[in-house]
Amino acid sequence: MRQALSGKLSGVAVRPAVKRTSLRKQLIYFAFVSPALLLFTLIIVLPFFRAILFSFQDWDGISSNIEWAGWDNYITLFHDKAFLKSFLFTLKYVAVGTVLVNIAGFFLAFAMNFALKSKNVLRTVYFMPHVIGPLIIGFIWQFIFTQVFPNLADLTGWGVFQKSWLALPNYAFWALIIVNVWYTAGYLMVIYIAALQGVSPDLLEAAEIDGANSWQRLWFMVLPLVRPAITICLFLAITNGFKVFDLNFALTKGGPFGSTESLALQIYQDAFSNNQYTLASTKAIVFFVVLASITLIQVFVMKRKEVEM
Amino acid sequence: MKERYSSGKFLLEIAMAALAVLFLAPLYLVFINAFKRYDEVLSSTASLPESFRLSNFVTVWKQIHFPTAFLNSLTITVISVLCILLVSSAAAYQIVRRPGKLSNIIFLTILASMVIPFQTMMIPLLQVAKDFHLINSLYGIIIMYLGFGIPLALFLYHGFIKGIPIELEEAATIDGCNTFGVYFRILLPLLAPITTTIAILHSLWIWNDFLLPYIVLGQKSNQTIPLASYVYFGEYMNEWHLALAALTMAVIPVLAFFLLMQRYIIQGITAGAVKG
Repeated sequence: MRQALSGKLSGVAVRPAVKRTSLRKQLIYFAFVSPALLLFTLIIVLPFFRAILFSFQDWDGISSNIEWAGWDNYITLFHDKAFLKSFLFTLKYVAVGTVLVNIAGFFLAFAMNFALKSKNVLRTVYFMPHVIGPLIIGFIWQFIFTQVFPNLADLTGWGVFQKSWLALPNYAFWALIIVNVWYTAGYLMVIYIAALQGVSPDLLEAAEIDGANSWQRLWFMVLPLVRPAITICLFLAITNGFKVFDLNFALTKGGPFGSTESLALQIYQDAFSNNQYTLASTKAIVFFVVLASITLIQVFVMKRKEVEM
Repeated sequence: MKERYSSGKFLLEIAMAALAVLFLAPLYLVFINAFKRYDEVLSSTASLPESFRLSNFVTVWKQIHFPTAFLNSLTITVISVLCILLVSSAAAYQIVRRPGKLSNIIFLTILASMVIPFQTMMIPLLQVAKDFHLINSLYGIIIMYLGFGIPLALFLYHGFIKGIPIELEEAATIDGCNTFGVYFRILLPLLAPITTTIAILHSLWIWNDFLLPYIVLGQKSNQTIPLASYVYFGEYMNEWHLALAALTMAVIPVLAFFLLMQRYIIQGITAGAVKG
């Protein structure tokens, strides 16, 4: 109370001079906003603009003179086979992953919505992988693919377990997808569950009475009604897919033969293993532009459709 | 139509339970193999260990200095999250309550920055960090987490504060509370639900983060848990029994936290995703 009182007293003291009051208000505004603004500028704004600058320069990260390169790095990029390969891999990973993760997440949520008795336990189990860090997840699955699968092959004699999943390009891609689904499905599930709870059972019952079968109800009623959740989940799956690093790093390290190297991983490798700071910065800027455009387009398109309904 | 426990529902229940077992299988396998000797792991991963020996855990505990790594992870996470909460809520408070051109520009810039992937800033960030002596220290990485954590926190606080009627704050001001008093005594308690959400989102992210500590924390004494587990997965790794013990030790703290705070975590993550 004493603090509040002194605040009041000082407030009274400066009140006659209007100008000083507004200065005081500005100082308060500054006191509240500046810490966040300062940290934001130092850690995000400054490096971001420096990255843009780097992308037009030629530098190995060590020598003292940095040369101006103009658009050279960008031109190099379009002839860089490794970059194009990584770009295509990332696109494929995002496309396949987004579809499967969303189908899996929606399926889990839809099944939960039938008021199962073990619903709470099941939800916990499905969600659990998501609280573990993706690096640890990658290592866990490295163990499963390289050690457990050969054992299972001996026990069952099934062909799927006999392949060395992380050493064959095609299989390594699917290994990443499987782990991605295992890791993300439960996360999207909780978002879909929240959305499905908002769908009125009365509405569905009315449709049933009118003769709509369960597929029609799902396709023409439930899906349109949970559309906002679909927008969110697609957005999450797309951005997380594009940014995949830890999982990729821990599970395949881009191998075999660079066939599963995501953009994020390649940027990291270029910068810290090959000391190509400026080329890596160029890739990082292209990466940002692609990611930003795709997410903006996705949200824009989906939002427009939501309004149409 | 829906209350009946039909045979179809029973079958669904069984199928979902089977799926849950499949979901748990990787964790279970890591867990039981962490007790085995090296040759036991190689000969059979599916069987139970001959005995539940703790020697792998003891070895790993010493090799990676687990208590240090745990304490580092805890220190970084707790201090970063507390500071993010304080700094972001304070900024969001004034940005919402003092609208204007400046507030708009600040808010939109911070909002837009959320689409920038970490890799884009990573290389120059290291340069900036060297210039400001933020490399190789816990306080340095905390500063970086503050920078990266503020945008989402500020965005979520912004949305929440907009929904709080201003009358409460006005009444407090009339009663003689100054801006700081209003913020600490009126606003912060009201923000509790969104604060929980943000705290959970950011704690999990920082606790599990690998790349940032990997590139800025060099010394062994600064290692976090993900960095410490990485030791067993280097170029020539073949000590699966130790690696699995390390993974188990890395997983247990998060899983314990999750099982204890389950309700809040699932709610918080859903809320964070829906609003973000």
